[in-house]
Amino acid sequence: MTSGGERMDNYLKLEIPAKSRNEAFARVVVAAFAAQADPTIDEISDVKTAVSEAVTNAIIHGYENNPSGTILLSATLAGRRLEITVVDYGVGIEDVEMARQPLYTSKPELERSGMGFTIMENFMDEFSVVSLPGQGTTVTMARVFDGSLPGKPEQPYGREA
Amino acid sequence: MQVRIRAKGETLVVQMRGELDHHAATGLRMEIDAKLAENKIKNVLFNFRDVDFMDSSGFGMILGRYKAVREKGGKVLACSLRPPVRRVFELGGLTSRIPVFGTEQEALDDLWGGEDG
Repeated sequence: MTSGGERMDNYLKLEIPAKSRNEAFARVVVAAFAAQADPTIDEISDVKTAVSEAVTNAIIHGYENNPSGTILLSATLAGRRLEITVVDYGVGIEDVEMARQPLYTSKPELERSGMGFTIMENFMDEFSVVSLPGQGTTVTMARVFDGSLPGKPEQPYGREA
Repeated sequence: MQVRIRAKGETLVVQMRGELDHHAATGLRMEIDAKLAENKIKNVLFNFRDVDFMDSSGFGMILGRYKAVREKGGKVLACSLRPPVRRVFELGGLTSRIPVFGTEQEALDDLWGGEDG
């Protein structure tokens, strides 16, 4: 328990195999960790969704569903700012800019919606992806738990009144 | 995720409980498609009442069923969206393709009303 006003600094590191059942595990771990900073229900929900997208991408795209791959998940809390990093050592992304386009997917045959990066960008305040073909992909994202909506003013598409 | 699938007339009602992610969507997709192969099923209604989480993989599964059902002249509907699920629906523009209702009965009434008229 924190005393009033004390700054909450903490971190976690987690290594998991690229198995789809670990998608739920990863997001629950991050949600439990983030709970130390008193996020709202909506903020936790957004963070869980973003983590799910990053880990699912590592499994499906990075490791192409090969469960022997390894995913590194780390998170830090600095005050009320949560930063999350998801690393895989899989195939990497040839064209990150293209991959970030809404509705773009390299695997339409798997009914991938192409929404993963869009969700991460919209549900978090900060988002970046660094990838080297043949070496892997690192996704870093952050959210400040201040009760406000995530920090992207523009809704890129599909948002209805 | 727990799933209960039942036929109501020509409509398959898919009642889900839990979290609709890639892991859950993979199994659910096969279950629904097996039922869709039965001739009398025309429409699919997804009941989200007990779903508290959906990501883009769940979204992709719903969109995939929408495309398949529409090709055969049927409709896909959804009901009882909780706020986190509604957020993903809206971000992806799914609400402009799939009618969303407050309750399962309202969705079924809409379908059946449409058939009468």
